[in-house]
Amino acid sequence: MTTPTRRNLINGLLFASPFIAGLLVFTLYPVIASIYLGFCRYTILRSPQWIGAENYRILFTEDPLFWKSLCNTLYYTALALPLGLALALGLALLLHAGVRGIAAYRTLYFLPTIVPTVAVAILWLWVLNPEYGVLKAVLALVHLPSPGWLADPKWSKPGLVVMGLWGVGGTMIIFLAGLAGIPYQFYEAAAIDGANRFAQFRHITLPMLTPTIFFNLVIGLIGSFQYFTQVYIMTNGGPTHSTLFYALYLYQNAFRYLRMGYASAMAWLLFLIILGLTLLIHRTSARWVYYEGEAL
Amino acid sequence: MSPLHATTVRRRAPWGRTALTHAALVVCGVVFLIPFAWLLSTSLKADPQIFVFPPIWVPRPVLWRNYIEALKYIHFMTYLRNTVYVCTLVVLGTVVSSSLVAYSFSRLRWPGRDALFMIALATMMVPFQVTLIPLVILFERMGWIGSFRPLWVPAFLGIPFFIFLLRQFFFTIPQELSDAARIDGASELDIYARVILPLAKPALATVVLFAFMGAWNDFLGPLIFLSSESNYTLALGLQQFQSQHESQWAYLMAVSAVISLPLIVLFFFAQRTFIRGIALTGMKG
Repeated sequence: MTTPTRRNLINGLLFASPFIAGLLVFTLYPVIASIYLGFCRYTILRSPQWIGAENYRILFTEDPLFWKSLCNTLYYTALALPLGLALALGLALLLHAGVRGIAAYRTLYFLPTIVPTVAVAILWLWVLNPEYGVLKAVLALVHLPSPGWLADPKWSKPGLVVMGLWGVGGTMIIFLAGLAGIPYQFYEAAAIDGANRFAQFRHITLPMLTPTIFFNLVIGLIGSFQYFTQVYIMTNGGPTHSTLFYALYLYQNAFRYLRMGYASAMAWLLFLIILGLTLLIHRTSARWVYYEGEAL
Repeated sequence: MSPLHATTVRRRAPWGRTALTHAALVVCGVVFLIPFAWLLSTSLKADPQIFVFPPIWVPRPVLWRNYIEALKYIHFMTYLRNTVYVCTLVVLGTVVSSSLVAYSFSRLRWPGRDALFMIALATMMVPFQVTLIPLVILFERMGWIGSFRPLWVPAFLGIPFFIFLLRQFFFTIPQELSDAARIDGASELDIYARVILPLAKPALATVVLFAFMGAWNDFLGPLIFLSSESNYTLALGLQQFQSQHESQWAYLMAVSAVISLPLIVLFFFAQRTFIRGIALTGMKG
């Protein structure tokens, strides 16, 4: 190896050394250890005991709560993700319309995402209170009845969805950045061709925003499958397991029942599910995501 | 583009549509504000005014002492000290390590660099839950459980998300600046510290802000790694208080307001850094 190349390699490795150390100790080692633990019975009190695929067999065939937590997570994702994306896009479009005072409105919509998750959870526990909550009062204002929210197994997940919608500000900002990246000439050309506002949205805005939608979709999906803090604080999985989400059930197995091997198996399944869904969206993206600069 | 063209670009929307847009923005704004108003109003009320329906919005009397009593009750100063300690180390560690690694990944050329960067990106896909259990066992063996170390030591070893963010930014700095310094005999460490870091201040500010917020808000880490009450951070302390005093709404709202306030103040001072950072990370799609 020539001297400059060698010096470059040494410098490169030296500067990257914190990451290399972290990768080995805090990522690679735990990832491999958790594959192994997934095939063990391990309760912390005794050393891990190899039991083959037993954990996975129990998960799939003997644990109704595993399926319940998976279905709850899917249900929540299917409801919260599209609604969140639609609201974030709607707000971004309103802000992008070019009226006065944009900065103030933008701040207003973004503010909830600044509040610590623990505080958000406690605040919404009170907002959603079935007897004295402010949401009940707001719904009464427009003559709508208010359900029991977190006290009612049928309404607990929708309650969490409403809380989630309060925090769409971050997604909205990403949409705003996407909107700002669409060249104005496209709209002018369309207007000259006689396209109305709706046609412009359908044929310019939406296609040009598909990379942003794709990004928000993937990030939202990953976040939704790891949904934990809110349910841990607000419901602890109740009522009648209606908010027992995947990450919460995993936590309970690991730290309440000390079934560390079982929880490791769940963690690996979680990884595979997230990976699978991401790849699935990615596979379909060729059909609906438009990247500028690709061959026309 | 011709000058004539440029002047026609910003067309004024018709009056009716502008009014409609404003109306929609205001209605949404009020809806987003209601939970904040509810938080403040409840935090200043006495119980008889809290448990009524329809709700009373204006507290009478205004009980400012709810704040003093709530903060005294939850050992606020201890939790605040712990939180500030962890946040400081996390921010320091993140900025130093992530910028060094990003420098290696963007300003230096060496075989295997891009492969390692791809690995860094791939680790962002691994859910926290996968590494959590072995980490707990590892920290247990090292005697770190119950100390703050599990919360801040990893920050000193580079956070992939911030490495990615800084790498993108470092790429935009002209290579000639580094070359000129090299000709003058500067070492890579000199170039990193004296040329690149001063030019990367906006990106570093974003990293500081996000790392600080992440550490301030972190709940799962403290929940799992801290064991004694004297070590609790604000987020964990508030949750513990809540689990023991479920219907003390005035106190709960007061503490929630207090732990949110520093972040809200920070947001108003650093709004541009926030917005730029979110847009920057969202653009990688």
